[in-house]
Amino acid sequence: MSRGLDRRQAVAALLREPGDLLVVSGLGAPTYDAAAAGDRPLNFYLWGAMGGAAMIGLGLALAQTARRVLVITGDGEMLMGLGSLATIAAQAPANLAIAVLDNGRYGETGSQFSHTAYGTDLAAVAQGSGWAATCTVGAPGELEGLRHRLRTEPLFAVLRIAPEEPPRVLPPRDGALLQHRFRAALLG
Amino acid sequence: MSAAWQDEVFTALQRAEIRQVAYVPDAGHARLIERAHTAPAMRAVVLTTEEEGIALAAGAWLGGQRAVLLMQSSGVGNCINMLSLPSNCRMPLLTLVTMRGEWGEFNPWQVPMGSATPDVLARMGALVRRVERPEDAAETVAGAAALAFDSTAMVAVLFSQRLIGAKTWVQ
Repeated sequence: MSRGLDRRQAVAALLREPGDLLVVSGLGAPTYDAAAAGDRPLNFYLWGAMGGAAMIGLGLALAQTARRVLVITGDGEMLMGLGSLATIAAQAPANLAIAVLDNGRYGETGSQFSHTAYGTDLAAVAQGSGWAATCTVGAPGELEGLRHRLRTEPLFAVLRIAPEEPPRVLPPRDGALLQHRFRAALLG
Repeated sequence: MSAAWQDEVFTALQRAEIRQVAYVPDAGHARLIERAHTAPAMRAVVLTTEEEGIALAAGAWLGGQRAVLLMQSSGVGNCINMLSLPSNCRMPLLTLVTMRGEWGEFNPWQVPMGSATPDVLARMGALVRRVERPEDAAETVAGAAALAFDSTAMVAVLFSQRLIGAKTWVQ
């Protein structure tokens, strides 16, 4: 079994040439990964609200049907909001995609094993919740194709990433600042 | 079986330009849920648990839309930590809560959360308004919506169990 993707390289590949993509990142390392790929006002970084990233993506996608929304989060954050996979599938927004960075660990709290390390398959959970398109990727050569799919399809993707923790890249953590700059960039 | 005041509340939500209506199914909100599903300008979003609605409302606001969360008092407890999202991000929140466990309740399991609901909401930073009489419902919701979206506040309107019970649970 491979060690998995380098998370920084993977997120940088997914966020290459972001254009006007609307990005929501789940708390912990996915937020640092998104910031490391290049800070921009249309990144909405979460520092808390665990389990809420996918639903923020849904509210955003329903409000902005002409724009693409990408949620990038971790396996632990997604596990806390599994019900939202059913809620999103019921709405079936065409413009929302989710990418889960799955290392089977709760990295922020000491790398305890998560449920995915014990056998939970998040792509299968999404499929069983009603998502029509799901996939799991683990090789660098698959990232460019995945980037394209995440920009064009309502796709739930699991990225098998290595458990290493790269140095933290900290974006602003003032939620009001993040909210205002996001809305200013999106709504004018 | 639905009361006129519930249609008046729906009209208040329409006038407040609510576009996303998140809910966990609830008998007390049945009329609002039904109306939201058939209103062309609204998107009704059924949730598996109430805190999803707090996050949905945050996403809607980021995208330039207004949302409302319809829930029962038991659901308020599910929302506690997620309320840090609108609180930290200085986002509006409008939620309409049907009360259980406070008046003529037959199910003791509803009593603990029903009793704690006003305090829990207040401790998390929400402004709490309460409706006891049907003639006050729409006006209270309209005022709460203006407070939430014009003054960027977290506002909860509690529909008392006496109000709901007297009007809706008789089938």
